[in-house]
Amino acid sequence: MADIVLDKVSKSFPDGTVAVQDVDLEIADGEFVILVGPSGCGKSTTLNMIAGLEDISSGELRIAGQRVNDKAPRDRDIAMVFQSYALYPNMTVRENMAFPLRLAKLDKETINRKVDEAAKVLELTSLLDRKPANLSGGQRQRVAMGRAIVRQPKAFLMDEPLSNLDAKLRVQMRTVVSRLQKQLGTTTVYVTHDQTEAMTLGDRVVIMRGGAVQQVGPPQELYDHPRNLFVAGFIGSPSMNFLHAAVQDGGLHTALGEVPLGDRVRRELESADAPRELILGIRPEHFEDAELVDDDTRRRGMEFEAPVDIVESMGSDKYVYFTVEGEKASAAELEELAADAGAADFAGAGGNLVTRLSAESTVAEGQTRRVWFNLEKIHLFDPGTGRNLTLHEGRAAGALAD
Amino acid sequence: MSADTVEKSTTPTVPTQRGGRRKPPLSENKKAERKLGLLLCAPAALVMILVTAYPIIYSVWLSLQRFDLRFPDQREFIGLDNYVTVLTNEFWWTAFGVTMLITVVTVAVELVLGMGLAIIMHRTLVGRGLVRTSALIPYGIVTVVAAFSWRYAWTPGTGYLANLFSDGAPLTERASSLAIIMLAEIWKTTPFMALLLMAGLALVPEDLLKAASTDGATAWQKFTKVMLPVMKPAILVALLFRTLDAFRVFDNIFVLTAGGNETSSVSMLAYNNLIRGLNLGIGSTMSVLIFITVAIIAFIFVKLFGTAAPGSDDSERR
Ligand SMILES: Nc1ncnc2c1ncn2[C@@H]1O[C@H](COP(=O)(O)OP(=O)(O)OP(=O)(O)O)[C@@H](O)[C@H]1O
Ligand SMILES: [Mg+2]
Repeated sequence: MADIVLDKVSKSFPDGTVAVQDVDLEIADGEFVILVGPSGCGKSTTLNMIAGLEDISSGELRIAGQRVNDKAPRDRDIAMVFQSYALYPNMTVRENMAFPLRLAKLDKETINRKVDEAAKVLELTSLLDRKPANLSGGQRQRVAMGRAIVRQPKAFLMDEPLSNLDAKLRVQMRTVVSRLQKQLGTTTVYVTHDQTEAMTLGDRVVIMRGGAVQQVGPPQELYDHPRNLFVAGFIGSPSMNFLHAAVQDGGLHTALGEVPLGDRVRRELESADAPRELILGIRPEHFEDAELVDDDTRRRGMEFEAPVDIVESMGSDKYVYFTVEGEKASAAELEELAADAGAADFAGAGGNLVTRLSAESTVAEGQTRRVWFNLEKIHLFDPGTGRNLTLHEGRAAGALAD
Repeated sequence: MSADTVEKSTTPTVPTQRGGRRKPPLSENKKAERKLGLLLCAPAALVMILVTAYPIIYSVWLSLQRFDLRFPDQREFIGLDNYVTVLTNEFWWTAFGVTMLITVVTVAVELVLGMGLAIIMHRTLVGRGLVRTSALIPYGIVTVVAAFSWRYAWTPGTGYLANLFSDGAPLTERASSLAIIMLAEIWKTTPFMALLLMAGLALVPEDLLKAASTDGATAWQKFTKVMLPVMKPAILVALLFRTLDAFRVFDNIFVLTAGGNETSSVSMLAYNNLIRGLNLGIGSTMSVLIFITVAIIAFIFVKLFGTAAPGSDDSERR
């Protein structure tokens, strides 16, 4: 077991592609860190550099305090799990799991004992004599995990290990991975592009975009206090709503009405190079049916009226889609997010407002409904740089903060 | 599925239809599939029969006769006498031994060299096209032309190789002649082997090698424990092709030694009897024997294939 430190690590390929750029990351001993980001953002490359499968162009990588830039993968003592499982097709499950131990020249008895132990943990005992070709996807996945855990390495690296499984199995395996990591307490770096996995699995999440780290922190912190537009849009499902907002006499003109601003944001906007247009972000759960809001709460937010498009009742609450008029929010980040999520999932920047209202709401499709939203939970972004203007010392304070 | 039900409803036996509903559609599908398979194979099979079966049957027929074109009136049916003659003849067995030696040595050496070449071609990143093209040049040259250039190279006085490596005439001695024949064969067909093996290398997933690296394998261990097993089917195909080819070695021997100093292969021997000696009976007998040997080799390889495909040795699959 060991800590892993990436110190200004960069990777540029011979063809000039810069896949990873100045990544600084300190992963504590026993920590479970998730690398997440859209396709092609350099997650796998980062992982491969930690594993030693890809040379580091510049910067330093330390495992357990030792510089390992020039060490071969076999000398780094880390185990990797691949999306494709990468099981040796000619070997049985037992042989697959024993392979790293055999290479480490352990004696037969120890090997058998360790393999049996790992097989028991992963419920593979009855499959030990099968070949990978005769296993289901989930079983292959578990064998790949087994091969990683038998040798008790310093760290686990997992590259989208659950992506080839169907949705139900993925949820199951997620808990298996999580439990296993807690039991073993082995430092783990886990790559995924599934943000549910990112939110549920890790101690900390690293969000990457175009080879650069956007923000590092516990999942809840990223959710509540996104540092920029990209992080805000990437984390959360359904994603945050983004609206165009024009700065006008100390307030904001938006499709939801005139949004008042507190002193702090106003001061930010007074400087000469401050943007005249902003992007207002608000998560679906920060809306509520105006009828259900008590007076005390009402004061912390404001209300608007809009026609109801669709009502999806989830039992515990209702997802209600509203159409709002007005200019669309536009920024490079939003386009990128929409492209990655496949437009359908990312309604964030469209003329559609996604809200999550209480189940008691009597809202119905076709109505025009009065809706309240919480001004303290609003984020304001600079469309040029993507920076979150409402963030103060790492905390999001809403639009009204003084 | 709907097609099945339509077809079924036309059959008058309604009661059995319901009971047998679970299985029959599957077997019917299978039957249709088999029929389609046969139909698709038929044209190729027909052409094969026309162009190969007739000559084969005809040479078997010839091999059962005493038939020497120099004495045409002595032609008669003699059963297996020709086979007895050939199989008890020491020239045949010498040629058989020479052929076997050439086959085993060349195929073994080609496998090793071809594998090396394949890995080089697979791994090169810069000038890939150039490396591949230049490696394939020997295979692109007509065998007879290449054989002549080897012959001149080893001819004392005019040849650069003969002057460099020996003071005698290497093509007039048995051992050195055989060595040169094998050298020419290897030089010529290693690229072919490499090409087939390269197809096999492409079968090895990159992730598998990465996994082996992190599992602690050295480069050699990755090669022997991961790459070779995955490549096994491709290696067997390459070996089969080359073995069958090598066993019928003819042109290099024909040009280099013309079979002198007991360097004849079985194909040379058959040619000498059939075409030069005009003995259709004996010549055909030899051809049939070569055919049988080649068939046996192919059979052995195909048997090996059966267990080579990943997962095919598992009972559950069948
Ligand atoms: N061998 C290579 N040569 C050149 N560019 C490469 C190479 N491998 C990867 N890249 C580029 O580096 C960038 C990062 O790739 P990487 O595989 O790390 O992405 P990723 O975040 O893992 O994406 P995904 O979620 O699709 O797996 C991509 O733009 C990719 O095109
Ligand atoms: Mg990847």
